[in-house]
Amino acid sequence: MPGKLKVKIVAGRHLPVMDRASDLTDAFVEVKFGNTTFKTDVYPKSLNPQWNSEWFKFEVDDEELQDEPLQITVLDHDTYSANDAIGKVYIDIDPLLYSEAATVISGWFPIYDTIHGIRGEINVVVKVDLFNDLNRFRQSSCGVKFFCTTSIPKCYRAVVIHGFVEELVVNEDPEYQWIDRIRTPRASNEARQRLISLMSGELQRKIGLKVLEMRGNAVVGYLQCFDLEGESGLVVRAIGTACTLDKLSNTSAFLPACNSPSKEMKEIPFNEDPNPNTYSSGPSTPLKNQTYSFSPSKSYSRQSSSSDTDLSLTPKTGMGSGSAGKEGGPFKTLLRQQTQSALEQREFPFFTLTTFPPGFLLHVGGVVSARSVKLLDRIHNPAFVGIMGNTRSYKLLDWNSFNSDEPETRDAWWAEIRQEIKSHAKALGCHAVVGYSESTSICEEVCILSASGTAAVLNPRFLQDGTMEGCLEQRIEEASPPGCGFCHIPYDELNMPFPAHLTYCYNCRKQKVPDVLFTTIDLPVEAIVVGKGCLIQARLCRLKKKAQAEANATSISNLLPFMEYEVHTQLMNKLKLRGMNALFGLRIQITVGENMLMGLASATGVYLAALPTPGGIQIAGKTPNDGTYEQHISHMQKKINDTIAKNKELYEINPPELPEEIIGSPIPEPRQRSRLLRSQSESSDEVTELDLSHGKKDAFVLEIDDTDAMEDVHSLLTDVPPPSGFYSCNTEIMPGINNWTPEIQMFTAVRVSRLSNINPTNQTLNKNFNDLCENLLKSLYFKLRSMVPCCLCHVNFTVALPEDELVQIAVTAVAITYDKNQALQANKAPTEKSQQRASTDNEEQLQFPLELSSDPLSSQPFSPAKEALEGASSHTGIPAAQRATSVDYSSFADRCNSWIELIKLKAQTIRRGSIKTTTSLEKASPLAEGYLRHRSVPSGTNSTVSVVKMTPLSFLPGAKITKYLGIINMFFIRETTSLREEGGVSGFLHAFIAEVFAMVRAHVAALGGNAVVSYIMKQCVFMENPNKNQAQCLINVSGDAVIFVRESELEVLPAPPPAAAAQPAGSAGDVTT
Amino acid sequence: MSSDLDVFVGNTTLIDEEVYRLWLDGHSVAEAVARRLRGGVLEREGTSVAVLQSDTRDHYRTFQMLERLLHAPPRLLQQLLFQIPPERQALLVQRYYAFDEALARELLGKKLSKGTKKELDEVSARTGVGIRSCRRQFDNFKRVFKAVEELRGPLAENIQQLFLLPPALARDYAAIVFFANSRFETGKRRLQFLSFGDFAACAQSMMAHWSQGALAPEAAEPDGDLPKSFLQDLKELKVLVSDKDLLDQHKSLVCSALRGKISVYNELEANFKALSRALVNVGGKLTHARDVRDFFVDLVEKVIEPCRSDKWSPGDLRLFLTHYTAAPRNLPGFRHQALWERYMAAISACLLRMYHD
Repeated sequence: MPGKLKVKIVAGRHLPVMDRASDLTDAFVEVKFGNTTFKTDVYPKSLNPQWNSEWFKFEVDDEELQDEPLQITVLDHDTYSANDAIGKVYIDIDPLLYSEAATVISGWFPIYDTIHGIRGEINVVVKVDLFNDLNRFRQSSCGVKFFCTTSIPKCYRAVVIHGFVEELVVNEDPEYQWIDRIRTPRASNEARQRLISLMSGELQRKIGLKVLEMRGNAVVGYLQCFDLEGESGLVVRAIGTACTLDKLSNTSAFLPACNSPSKEMKEIPFNEDPNPNTYSSGPSTPLKNQTYSFSPSKSYSRQSSSSDTDLSLTPKTGMGSGSAGKEGGPFKTLLRQQTQSALEQREFPFFTLTTFPPGFLLHVGGVVSARSVKLLDRIHNPAFVGIMGNTRSYKLLDWNSFNSDEPETRDAWWAEIRQEIKSHAKALGCHAVVGYSESTSICEEVCILSASGTAAVLNPRFLQDGTMEGCLEQRIEEASPPGCGFCHIPYDELNMPFPAHLTYCYNCRKQKVPDVLFTTIDLPVEAIVVGKGCLIQARLCRLKKKAQAEANATSISNLLPFMEYEVHTQLMNKLKLRGMNALFGLRIQITVGENMLMGLASATGVYLAALPTPGGIQIAGKTPNDGTYEQHISHMQKKINDTIAKNKELYEINPPELPEEIIGSPIPEPRQRSRLLRSQSESSDEVTELDLSHGKKDAFVLEIDDTDAMEDVHSLLTDVPPPSGFYSCNTEIMPGINNWTPEIQMFTAVRVSRLSNINPTNQTLNKNFNDLCENLLKSLYFKLRSMVPCCLCHVNFTVALPEDELVQIAVTAVAITYDKNQALQANKAPTEKSQQRASTDNEEQLQFPLELSSDPLSSQPFSPAKEALEGASSHTGIPAAQRATSVDYSSFADRCNSWIELIKLKAQTIRRGSIKTTTSLEKASPLAEGYLRHRSVPSGTNSTVSVVKMTPLSFLPGAKITKYLGIINMFFIRETTSLREEGGVSGFLHAFIAEVFAMVRAHVAALGGNAVVSYIMKQCVFMENPNKNQAQCLINVSGDAVIFVRESELEVLPAPPPAAAAQPAGSAGDVTT
Repeated sequence: MSSDLDVFVGNTTLIDEEVYRLWLDGHSVAEAVARRLRGGVLEREGTSVAVLQSDTRDHYRTFQMLERLLHAPPRLLQQLLFQIPPERQALLVQRYYAFDEALARELLGKKLSKGTKKELDEVSARTGVGIRSCRRQFDNFKRVFKAVEELRGPLAENIQQLFLLPPALARDYAAIVFFANSRFETGKRRLQFLSFGDFAACAQSMMAHWSQGALAPEAAEPDGDLPKSFLQDLKELKVLVSDKDLLDQHKSLVCSALRGKISVYNELEANFKALSRALVNVGGKLTHARDVRDFFVDLVEKVIEPCRSDKWSPGDLRLFLTHYTAAPRNLPGFRHQALWERYMAAISACLLRMYHD
């Protein structure tokens, strides 16, 4: 009994009228924790009752404290009939369980009812007295801190980053229990809310235990998700990165992470894993042995598929990592081995972080992803099904007696996918995966599991090998030049895992870099970037026949590789169209619906100075004899070229001129040639057409051989750039903007559209989907126009297909205003440069400023030729284009072929029912040095306003986070049977989202906080039945509650003692009351 | 492809002042979009009609949800549902309770009942204020009226506290409540030259000088009702006109003071008795609800119109009223000096305000 929970009910206000006769309410409150319930007295005839109750005390063990939510129910007393419930408040008391966070929860909470929404507010005070010896209890994990933030939280220092932790819990969904047929919707919703709350508590406790086993004290990048599998149950799963964090005593001090190995580091040899040989094919031994205790016969070919994949990739892997040593010299090999050994002890060397301490990330290989299609109705343990006779009747049984078997299947599914991710990373010569995330998409009984991350080589310094600290530190400096090291390829040049064009790094010129780099992480702060970034999206729909069960799963699996390929192509094209060469924060969602699949990829494109300038996009036609067709093509080509030029201007992409010496450096022969030729033609508008035959290594060719391709090109050009004054990205930091003001606006927008086509085709669907997304963005820009100049950061799109022909898109992002004047100053240098260039060169040269300026000599001798070519193209154009077509097509086909081979490989692993598809995309690249984000501090707004800020970012511009108060993880259901009366679907959802925000803010304020960072809406499931005038919606949100202090205030109070820091928040909370 | 559902919710609630204006004016979404289009927002922002529609709908939904809270502004400050900066909250309330004076003028003195609400169609046609806006404003009047009807203390302050209105606006509402409560007739043709502002100023003077609150702030009766005892006492003043001696002495005192100082001395001398009778009798009638209605009619008919036809200047009237009020101090045997001055303070203020074309 290691804890005492104390609750006091103070007062209520604005209660609804429950007694029509008197227009008043006789309210009382039930306070429930676990199985204990207390009641306040009835406060008669008031809408603003003052209960001022005694302290209700619950004596509970800490396991219960972690799992159970505190449940407060407000009721109306009725002498003659049953008391009517007014609403409830669930309070997660987890933040009170670790010493550094909140000490008391106190404030006004909205009273929430799943049918009526918010109905008044209640003032509650909650405290916990913990007994000291609780760490002996291994069932609980009190004291482990959780952070949603995917970087090391601002007022902590990472002593050790231990690695991946995951867990999942399964239960039956109350909505599908037999009892649901006889109970009210309210009871059913509340059962669900409560169950999920319990399951999250349990999940968090279990993850905490794993962290303690690893000797960590915190989980960073904690991501918890729900899978509503319908009849087959409810899965709550979570992943995160276990760390040992040290609180910075003085929050303003910057501690170099490599200082001295902490005591703990030495104390913690990580030897828990009994089986270090995790690279064997097939499932490796997990920490929890029982996870794999099922018999193989139950699973569909799981073993074979994963081993197939492993086999196919293993040879490459061997070569990749082996030869990397050659290249990097003996030390690098050593480093690699050491790092590897540190990581190999782990089952999955994954990190959910997207931003890292300086020096942590050595090289980035590229994006790795894996998907698997599963059938939900077959997940049950055969034994289980056997007992029941048929799958429907299980509902009559006590689920709990069975669910111990249940997580195994899900665990196994995820283990399989993770294994695959791991082998992909190895194929890229990487031993770790960063920016790792997992997701699912469920439609009826089919479920797509997806995982993705970025293959990377890490510095072992943070991975608890305290012993090598000294020597490594030195070496790192040698090994990775600041700012570009992470772009250098980690794999072997001669055995590249995929086709890519390597060049020497444009920054250090010592190591090879790929031509394009895709990653799922945030832009490293030290990266050298040219110009600004922008949000890039690839959007795709694919029709699918309606089918049942295995046939359905098979057709989905067959479509997946093609979707991935197309998404990749779109991203590539759009990236080049913007004259950029790297993607960060890439997130590809594939959503499955009844009769279609949708793919939406979002990422932030940037120009990394270390990578080569991207080539243009060339269009080639197949029927060159048709004059008008040719004309059309060249017209399109011109449009594309214009767009690229415009984009370069818009995003201020003026890469620094290359010094002479680059020419002398050992650039591979073909590349040099192409560069020369390109520069020769650069003053012409038709440039790209002209040098097609030679520029094939760089140029990206779109062949227009049918209407499909035509559509593609059109869609490329329909992406409208944001209106002036707006930028957008889906990462934390917008490269090129560094002077944020404290003015932020977080928002959620949701749209559901009906695809009305009677006979939809892929093209019309694509267009519809594309329009939907573009219009949504347009409307965001319009709504936020008063914030200009501003940047939409962390733009997060989520697509769902709730039913036939309905597409739902939810966007959450934050708009941050920046100071234009300061921006101008900061960018003065580049601007001047570009002006200078503009004055000496002509506009058309903007396309290849880099080659132009660096190759003055080479262009000279070619000038006569240039004229000739120009003439030719402008008059006939045919020969050039033709030539270009043939040659370039082959290079394009090359890529295609290898891709298709990869797909074929995967396809072989497909078996009836259980199918797995995997793809790895990757590219590698550049870096740079101290691109220090310098947040400007227009001092601001008075702190007396009781405002709770919310942001999906991990920081607040112009403010310093002084304390993390705990994780916010809330799940709400709202239902209505009077949809029309509540303003239709829009009115219903609008109110619900506003209510969710309000409840999040109230909880944060009650913890004494004044902001939520790393806020994310993980789920928004909306269902309607207009005929019955009904709708239901489920929303799951999470984030970190924090106290922040404006930097301007900090200056006044140089070293605010914790108490002082807490005060503004406290007063803020009071004001709300 | 049609959007069935389309919402945007900000952590800080976005308020577009232009759309709020349109909503307050009672325009439908379609009308509001049309007006915004005419405003040229499309060209300025380079956006599409669909975007404008979606934006307008979002704002309208927000306002509809806010409306419930606007009915009790203190709740707007306490509620947790919408995070709105204080200055924006103030703006929302202020704009919501602002009213068209033309409309308020029409409704002054009318019973704020369902019957009156049904007549709003005509009022809307006369004033050019949209019917929906008329209804909203009418409901505002009625809501404020109901809320302060039973309260003690200064009307304007009560309103300011309950509805968080700026002082000036709260005073106007106090006037509306005062008129609705006393049911003064304001619709007669001969009163048409008086604006809402004139009446509001009169109401304020009357409350300031006559109400119980004016003497004892914690007085028992609501501010909107004129204290019965005071009205009863006013009957005592009749002695000024009924007693021939007093009337004559009063006249000579005033005339001697004004001789040579006003341009209409002769007219004054001729009309003094009629004027004085009118001024005193207006007060005497205030005890009967039916006569109360005629208060302003009487003032205009019996004081303002005669003066006007005699071409009194406002300065003349002011001088006259000053001396007329002060003179009884020197009347032997007149014991109601305090009552008289309290009465005349409001009457003078009203007359001076009303004395224009």
